[in-house]
Amino acid sequence: MAEIEVLQPGLFSSIQDLGRFGYQKFGVPHSGVMDRYSMRICNMILGNPQETAVMEITMQGPELKFSASAYICICGADISPKVNSEEIPQDEIIEIKAGDILKFGGLRNGFRAYLGIRGGFTTKEVLGSKSWYEGITDEFRLKKGMLLEYDNRDFKDPDTFSALKTELDYLDSREIEVYPGPEFEKLSPNQKEEFFNTDYTLDQSSNRMAVQFNQELPNDLEPIITAPVVPGTVQLTPSGKLIALMRDCQTTGGYPRILQLSEKGIETIAQKRPGENIRFQKKEYPQL
Amino acid sequence: MTDYPKITPLGDRSILIDFGDKINDETLDKVLFYKQKLENEKFKQRVEVINTYNSLLISYMFTIEDVYSEFLRLKDLLTEANIPKKTNYRIFHIPVCYDEEFGLDLEHISRQKNLSINRIIELHTVPIYQVYFIGFLPGFLYLGGLDSRLQISRKETPRRSVEKGSVGIGENQTGIYPKNSPGGWQILGRSPLQLFDKNEDPPCPFSAGDKIKFEAVSREDYDRIEQDVNEGNYQLKFEDHHG
Repeated sequence: MAEIEVLQPGLFSSIQDLGRFGYQKFGVPHSGVMDRYSMRICNMILGNPQETAVMEITMQGPELKFSASAYICICGADISPKVNSEEIPQDEIIEIKAGDILKFGGLRNGFRAYLGIRGGFTTKEVLGSKSWYEGITDEFRLKKGMLLEYDNRDFKDPDTFSALKTELDYLDSREIEVYPGPEFEKLSPNQKEEFFNTDYTLDQSSNRMAVQFNQELPNDLEPIITAPVVPGTVQLTPSGKLIALMRDCQTTGGYPRILQLSEKGIETIAQKRPGENIRFQKKEYPQL
Repeated sequence: MTDYPKITPLGDRSILIDFGDKINDETLDKVLFYKQKLENEKFKQRVEVINTYNSLLISYMFTIEDVYSEFLRLKDLLTEANIPKKTNYRIFHIPVCYDEEFGLDLEHISRQKNLSINRIIELHTVPIYQVYFIGFLPGFLYLGGLDSRLQISRKETPRRSVEKGSVGIGENQTGIYPKNSPGGWQILGRSPLQLFDKNEDPPCPFSAGDKIKFEAVSREDYDRIEQDVNEGNYQLKFEDHHG
């Protein structure tokens, strides 16, 4: 069995796919990659089915040793990836030989990188998904000494999608697309204006569950009857905190849902570091 | 008349259906009726439907391509004139040990509400509670039907860790902590049952629309049931109710 040995875990990495589907009704979070766009590109380049699990790497990369040959691809944030100390390009297929070591260096742009393998990680599936989540899967983050299995059979020349056009502007973009949320109309015109004219700084506490901000939006909105929330829902607390829920969020919540990030909005904010400033940019739903 | 149910998109991958702001059995019947209907529908991609007290959410695996035609279809679906009252349901019996070892706040509730501990246990075990939905944490049941005499505010300072299985009250809600977690509810007792098991499918024995009843058990019975649960020998007790 081909394996990746985790020599150093880095800051926070986990195995993710498109997430858990069909278990929300039992209160199980979706999980799945924060940036679906990068994952899709990565699997397309490798010729994998688009739902193939990848490794999500946050800001500081791990050090990984491959026990057997592999074709890999790295997309999303640029964390200066190197194979055996030699820099490798992103967004293309890299051939790995048994014993090779993949390392990362400084973060050049974005916040989360995705490591895909042709054939995919064959790590354990729990409730229909390989996505790691604390309490659901045995592991929730990479640890030193861990062994991750992957499939390296069937190694003919992979079809390369060298002509694949990627749009990577969102890695650097500070504009986060949002739709009005179910409770948006409860905000006053002044509050709406303030919201869209404020630079919001990502708080240090931001993680896969939620992105929070340093700035507050004073309000006297009443709590709502506990209602569904999804990744991208922006909640407003009575103390004025804005909570942009991310992939590992709970399934229901009681704070007013004032806004809802678009998929692109989620992908863009997933690539921002704590301390970075963003602006929310209003997007309307198509007229129905 | 209001224009409920109200259908709105929630981002690019979900559609929200709002049934107004009432928490009652009539709304729940409506919500669960349409939930079932949507679950039997064919969609172009994988979807899942969840409910809360007064909402349905349809989550799509990928971005919804043609929101307009999806809306038209849902509008058509949501026009049933006669929603049957749900008369078939299961009542699950959940054993709870109200021993002082587990009922950390029984004394406090007794003083606050001027009720004897035996009376508290009685008031908590008599009602048949409605499972409105499961949310917040995997396996956390949102229950309706708490006796108003037991309503009590949450603890001023939440506990750092409440033991798995703890049964508590917060305002007009009662429920069971499915795992160790921080929490501010007043704790009455503990259930030896496993409310969520990731290795089982389904991972939780209850669904929205079921009903439950708490059953007081002794400290010895608690240990015995807990052992059975751990060994996989416990059979959850329930009665089928046909209207």
